[in-house]
Amino acid sequence: MAVVSNGTTIIDAGALGSGVPTGKMILIKTLTASSSATLSFVHGASSVVFDDTYDKYVFKFINMHPATNEAYFTFNMSLDTGSNYNVVKTTTFFRANHPEAGSNGSLAYRTGDDLAQSASFQRLSAQIGNGNDESTSGYLTIFNPSSTVFQKHFMAQSNAYQIGNEHTNNSHIAGYGNTTSAIDAIQFKMHSGNTDSGVIKLYGIGG
Amino acid sequence: MGLISATSTIFDAGSMSAGFGGSMTFIKKLTASSSGTLSFLNGSGGVVLDDTYKEYVFTFKNIHPATDDQAFTFQVDTGSNTSFNQAITSSFFNAQHSEGDANYLMYRATGDLAQGTGFQRLTEGSGNDNDQSCCGTLTIHAPADTTFVKHFIAQTHNAHSGNYAMNNFIAGYVNTTTALTRVRFKYESGNIDAGDICLYGIA
Repeated sequence: MAVVSNGTTIIDAGALGSGVPTGKMILIKTLTASSSATLSFVHGASSVVFDDTYDKYVFKFINMHPATNEAYFTFNMSLDTGSNYNVVKTTTFFRANHPEAGSNGSLAYRTGDDLAQSASFQRLSAQIGNGNDESTSGYLTIFNPSSTVFQKHFMAQSNAYQIGNEHTNNSHIAGYGNTTSAIDAIQFKMHSGNTDSGVIKLYGIGG
Repeated sequence: MGLISATSTIFDAGSMSAGFGGSMTFIKKLTASSSGTLSFLNGSGGVVLDDTYKEYVFTFKNIHPATDDQAFTFQVDTGSNTSFNQAITSSFFNAQHSEGDANYLMYRATGDLAQGTGFQRLTEGSGNDNDQSCCGTLTIHAPADTTFVKHFIAQTHNAHSGNYAMNNFIAGYVNTTTALTRVRFKYESGNIDAGDICLYGIA
């Protein structure tokens, strides 16, 4: 049965009418870490959508807590539905840092955290302590991952509680996957050890 | 016919009631095709750019220049004016990293404006290789306000013509208390070959 209001079809054949406004930030998938070596979002698997359905995709990572002290939270992209996570990337990384002691706040480019035509995992945070209250949270946005014409641009920001003098580190990361092949999977992991706990949510945003 | 559930009106008179459908509302998509400019004009072509929303977000997807080494830019105007020359004071800094491993983090005086009426840069010189483009967002807060200046915040990422990744942070205000009604995007020189710009209203 269709629902028609004032000549406008609201619902028909199991779907909203095209003229009905809907939310444009759609939750696609939530993964919860539990002593996890990796957390992967693969298009077409476990209800994950990561193709041209949306213009851009946003991952929000919340309280990612490492099993190993001084771990970096990282990500990579795949061109073969998760068989390999090794897309070549050129990236930037800078961060603002401030210790709880209140002195020596700084803003600096981090040459050790960026990539120049490297297929390695990209750091998304400063080093994270594994104390019970230490973690990192933030977001990663990837634009048009399924394009077969353009490089794959991404932007990320995180804040991490860093071991050693109790620092807060606000990291700004961006770059491009230097490929014109479609990206169909994203993997997150700590650079060393498991992700003890934390939640990653994938949203699609599209016009 | 309206649709009422537990005394809440869901639909009536052909539209959804407030509070349904999410708080990020898609308004308009413009797709470039060798376009000199892309303009969003309140009241034209389905564009809403008034006091309906408190903030408006433009998203840029793979904006590709016809001409190499060009900055992607924007300006605004009021009423039905077509000059796109409002006074802007802004800041611009970016992080850069080349494929050859040179890196920088710096304020870019060439990208800011001090009561300038020219177009505000949203990137530095984007490359026009087939796979190069820029992506990002521009948020304009309360464009229809008639008391305050109009703040904007943008972040973009572009592939520079010299094969750099550039993470750009731009913010400022349009120094007018007149309501803004229109926004225009263009490259400093040459056409926008391809790319999409979407406009969303945030309730």
